[in-house]
Amino acid sequence: MALNVGAVAAPGHARNNKTGSWRVFCPTLDTAKCNKCGTCALICPEVCITLSGEFYSVDYDFCKGCGLCAEECPKDAITMKKEEK
Amino acid sequence: MTGNTEKENVSVDYFESGHRACGGCGPALAGKLIARAAGPNTIIVASTGCMEVFSTPYPETAWKTPWIHSLFQNAAAVASGVEASLKRQGRDEKVIVIAGDGATFDIGMLCISGMFERGHDVTYICYDNEAYMNTGIQRSGATPFDASTTTSPAGKLSNGNSRPKKDIPAILAAHGSPYVATTSIATPKDLMDKVKRALSIKGPCYIQVHAPCCTGWGFDGCKTMELGRLALNSGLWVNYEMVNGVVEKVKKVKRIPVDDYLKAQKRFRHLYRPQENKDEIAKIQAIADSNAQKYGIDIPVKK
Amino acid sequence: MLQITEGSHAVAEAVKLCRPQVVSAYPITPQTHIVERLAEMVADGDLNGEYICVESEFSALSSCVGASAAGSRVYSATTSQGLAFMAEVVFNAAGMRLPIVMTIANRALGAPLNIWNDQQDSIFLRDSGWMQIYGEDAQEAMDLHFIAYKLAERHDVLLPCFVCLDGFIVSHTFEPVDIPSQKEIDEFLPAFNPLHRLDAKNPMSFGMYATPDCYQEFRYEINAAMIRAKAAYREIAAEFKAKFGRDYTGLVEGYRLEDAETAIVAMGSICGTAKDAIDEMRDAGEKVGLLKIRSFRPFPSEEVRTALKGVKNIAVIEKNISIGSRMLGAVGLEVKDAVYKDSPNIFSYVGGLGGRDIRKRDIKQIVQWAKEGRNDCFFGLREELLK
Ligand SMILES: Cc1ncc(C[n+]2csc(CCOP(=O)(O)OP(=O)(O)O)c2C)c(N)n1
Ligand code: SF4
Ligand SMILES: [Mg+2]
Repeated sequence: MALNVGAVAAPGHARNNKTGSWRVFCPTLDTAKCNKCGTCALICPEVCITLSGEFYSVDYDFCKGCGLCAEECPKDAITMKKEEK
Repeated sequence: MTGNTEKENVSVDYFESGHRACGGCGPALAGKLIARAAGPNTIIVASTGCMEVFSTPYPETAWKTPWIHSLFQNAAAVASGVEASLKRQGRDEKVIVIAGDGATFDIGMLCISGMFERGHDVTYICYDNEAYMNTGIQRSGATPFDASTTTSPAGKLSNGNSRPKKDIPAILAAHGSPYVATTSIATPKDLMDKVKRALSIKGPCYIQVHAPCCTGWGFDGCKTMELGRLALNSGLWVNYEMVNGVVEKVKKVKRIPVDDYLKAQKRFRHLYRPQENKDEIAKIQAIADSNAQKYGIDIPVKK
Repeated sequence: MLQITEGSHAVAEAVKLCRPQVVSAYPITPQTHIVERLAEMVADGDLNGEYICVESEFSALSSCVGASAAGSRVYSATTSQGLAFMAEVVFNAAGMRLPIVMTIANRALGAPLNIWNDQQDSIFLRDSGWMQIYGEDAQEAMDLHFIAYKLAERHDVLLPCFVCLDGFIVSHTFEPVDIPSQKEIDEFLPAFNPLHRLDAKNPMSFGMYATPDCYQEFRYEINAAMIRAKAAYREIAAEFKAKFGRDYTGLVEGYRLEDAETAIVAMGSICGTAKDAIDEMRDAGEKVGLLKIRSFRPFPSEEVRTALKGVKNIAVIEKNISIGSRMLGAVGLEVKDAVYKDSPNIFSYVGGLGGRDIRKRDIKQIVQWAKEGRNDCFFGLREELLK
């Protein structure tokens, strides 16, 4: 890959960096408890929780496992489980 | 209570996954929310610091809107140039600065003062994590009283940072800014509303976002929102809006003692170990009390 | 059309003809007359651009960075303390490959504070990635601006450029200047066509940071562009000559160098005095000539060597001092490197610092010193002031 003049880059490249490999604890959603308020997706600093179909889902390629979603979920629908690697 | 009512499925993000911020980083959340509120027709100017470093190692940019970084202390001047250029070309993109507290409170003051005084149509947003985090948690003019940092360490003769936080919003309001606001990542909807409002107002606007930093303050990354809330509820951080120099909307709270906030983070640990330093904690409580009085944040208790 | 004009006003006129969309500058002697005139032109609607009246040189160049990245042709001017204050942005603008043109009205750097001419200011930024071209008189200083924009904006170059002229000596002197018409300049210099620009329709990130994986390659690329700038300069100057008749095609320019045994090497206005001195020495039968360095960055080593082939003694007049360097002057070091295989005697003579006049008789003395093999030293020192 040749360099761009002046270190200019087009969007999309950050997604080559799969930050999911940093994860120690993994968020898992209990759909029975979830009221689909969207808090988890709103406050995820990784921009990796999105609505897919009926429920919110985590893109594990990027989730660093910070636990903010689990902490903030008003319904305690997300639990952090130790990653099995 | 996050103040969240926004449904995720209607939001489009211009800040992408794959950035290298610490897990639970407050500034990363701020960046996402600012970019989301601003939308695609925006040019972002950044300063050197955590946000710049975690989001743009060449070629892995996390920004989907045009974005430019030049130096640590010149974002306001770069933005002035971008704005002048767009004006001359008859283009309508909005110009936003996103800069750290070090870049804003300290080293960038000259350029910021110039930009505000000249009246450029730029919204300047400071994500305030209350120290120079990128270089290893050194004190800035935004570091709160008594916080221990690597250059204001607590020690036998020191209780940490000896000076209170500089009042940058007042300084920029005094420049004649039409809109100055403070907000927090703990109130995401408020944050996005203020970004949108600033962008709708012509002239140089300023927003200061409280952005707790788990690494620099010493708390678990899952507590970032909680720390933001504790700051607001204790009165050590106040969300308000100043329009043409007059404070208008202020977020009211049922105040909690500053203890609850201080104890939640390691940068104030020296105030509680080896024994509680009541005098110093009282001084911090006095800062909160004075904020409460100045901005009228206390929700009156019914008798 | 020939007009008697102050050097600064000739430069302002040139800048106006280049149609910059954003001008951002901060006043400092002896650059002030340039920016005052530009502000006037904007105020009168003669220059159709934004004039950002910044609070400092640091913001002047920083706002040029933003405006250039957003796709505008931009201009600034400064000197001395102002240039030193900008230094961090100077490196940054080159690294970001932004084709900014900035006039330097060369002046000494303090301390002690001194507002008069030497070339220490631009020379200390020789490693920054900016091109540096030096005009000898108002006409050349003016014309080099047209060439500078065209050169800087070429996609195979994309480097910023200093156009240097000696403070006061050129900036504040009235000279007859042939000012081209707007139509002629529009034909010569097309509108700025940026390779990338900040644009919501095609979003890009500018000024990213580079890890050890690729930083060195970016620096390599800047240097490669600087090397390409030599041929690009010659092409553009040839075009200029064809259109306007004035010849700046050489990155260096020889004067009566044929069969010369001793040569003066110099930059800027001193070349005029040197030519007069050389004429007189030639009349007296001395085989002496001048090599004028027009481009200090890129440094035209091959041209210098070719031009000085057969010369036995070379005296470099240095309006700068590289403090702590054995050879004293920064220009001499480069010239010596260019000619070392031909083994001439080559010396740096530092003088004219902080506005000290260099007269014809000084030039003659320098020629004499070079012939005698006098080592690198100051000339024109007032010995009575020294312990
Ligand atoms: C002129 C200059 N001085 C110092 C630095 C080193 N430096 C880089 S980022 C930084 C601190 C940034 O602090 P802040 O603006 O608060 O952003 P944060 O990293 O906390 O997000 C410092 C001191 C620099 N890059 N440039
Ligand atoms: S140090 Fe703080 S501001 Fe920097 S990336 Fe980590 S959490 Fe974010
Ligand atoms: Mg900071």
